[in-house]
Amino acid sequence: MTDAAAVSAADAADDEVALEVIRIVAEQAVLDPSEVKLTSTPDELGIDSLGMVEAVFAIEEAFDVSIPFNANDPAQSEFEIENVAAIVAGVKRLIAAREA
Amino acid sequence: MSAPSGARRVVVTGMGVVSALGLDAPAHWAALKAGVCGIGPLELRDLDRLSAKVGAQAKGFVGEDRFDRSQLALYDRHTQFALTAAAEAWAQADPGLSEEEALRAAVVIGTALPGMQTFDDSYRAVFEEGRSRVHPFVVPRLMVSAPASHISMAHGLKGPTFSVSTACASANHAIGQAFHLVRSGAAELAVAGGAEAPLTFGAMKAWEGLRVMTRDVCRPFSKGRAGMAIGEGAGVFVLESRDRAEARGATILAEIAGFGMSADAGDIVQPSADGAARAIRAALADGGLAPEEIVYVNAHGTGTAANDRTETAALRAVFGGQADALSVSSTKSMHGHALGAAGALEFAAVLGALGEGVIPPTVNYEAPDPECDLDVTPNAARTREVPAAISNAFAFGGLNAVLALRRG
Repeated sequence: MTDAAAVSAADAADDEVALEVIRIVAEQAVLDPSEVKLTSTPDELGIDSLGMVEAVFAIEEAFDVSIPFNANDPAQSEFEIENVAAIVAGVKRLIAAREA
Repeated sequence: MSAPSGARRVVVTGMGVVSALGLDAPAHWAALKAGVCGIGPLELRDLDRLSAKVGAQAKGFVGEDRFDRSQLALYDRHTQFALTAAAEAWAQADPGLSEEEALRAAVVIGTALPGMQTFDDSYRAVFEEGRSRVHPFVVPRLMVSAPASHISMAHGLKGPTFSVSTACASANHAIGQAFHLVRSGAAELAVAGGAEAPLTFGAMKAWEGLRVMTRDVCRPFSKGRAGMAIGEGAGVFVLESRDRAEARGATILAEIAGFGMSADAGDIVQPSADGAARAIRAALADGGLAPEEIVYVNAHGTGTAANDRTETAALRAVFGGQADALSVSSTKSMHGHALGAAGALEFAAVLGALGEGVIPPTVNYEAPDPECDLDVTPNAARTREVPAAISNAFAFGGLNAVLALRRG
């Protein structure tokens, strides 16, 4: 886990990708974005596997990326969903790969 | 909750199949015994825009070779499958119905996603190509009840006729309803099964969204299984009372002993071991079967992490110490998951196992998963006498249907 993962949403204020991911995750969790931390896990946020499939879809639509998330066995995915920071990092990699 | 006293015993006297493994029942069964995997690269329009490009497609089935132009105008691909399988089953059973009996002959066909080719083609016409009209018979083509109606017309069956749609349990529910009709005497005879043709761009796009699709092959119960592969086809069977079949000297393929249903009342996609176990117990009780009489289980076995783990737990809960003596297999590893037709393609596998004493395998199996620690007949068929078997179907939405059969 990076140091960045230990900060809250407020601290990600200048990180547009993180803010958008947090907004999407919060909407899925029916929480206020301020309650979602970069360290929050899907479990902590009450997002089950179906909820995660929806969140991943919303993230794909927001950033125009294709996320290799396997709901059959998330642990075997090439895309980490351990916590919000991992999702943000994964999305940034996909954006970079698309623009490369 | 066993069968009502005085109820008639119900046997199967005809079988017809269309699947990726073969275009008739003997070809389907021969491939199942040989462990042929029918899952491979799909051939369909805009495949390059799909992330899951594999499935079990009945590539040899060409509607234009089997039906004339006026029939094709009315038959979606799933109806074409249903009619083809019904004709085969009917010819084998050769039931010799009188006109009076035909008035009490039933048709019950399960389908989960009807008319997919018709939806796909028609939406393309109006949305993509901007056309202002679609084929005039779109509605009768995509009705979920179209296969049942066309089978009734093709064979002059004028009794209770309807469709059943319970997602991936549709065919088991349909065969179960037909079993009830014949057992109670409400129908003299029944034609029952399932038909599905979901290998279209739109339907595959929808499945892709759930992110449970394999990218290569389906590996039920195996470590490293990566999800399901969609299949297509139909299985249709002729059911009648044992008394009627014996009186006319018909070949009896098997007896349907019992049928059990349950609902998880839990989650719309996640399976429940308790719901599955209740359906299995209900089928055994309905058929007056003790758990130790069951030798073969044709599993729902979709090849997703959740289903196979949960189904294993359900079988252990019902069979206890006997579970290790069961021969289990998921034939979806070969004919794919044909959704509303799945239970029908699997019913054909069970009839083969009962009739020939051969357990069809679970192919593509790589390594044991401790959470699926049953004898799943990995990769090769096994010779074993099968006096009784069950066939499981546990659908999305928690709708479970289990058929229990005895050797004919």
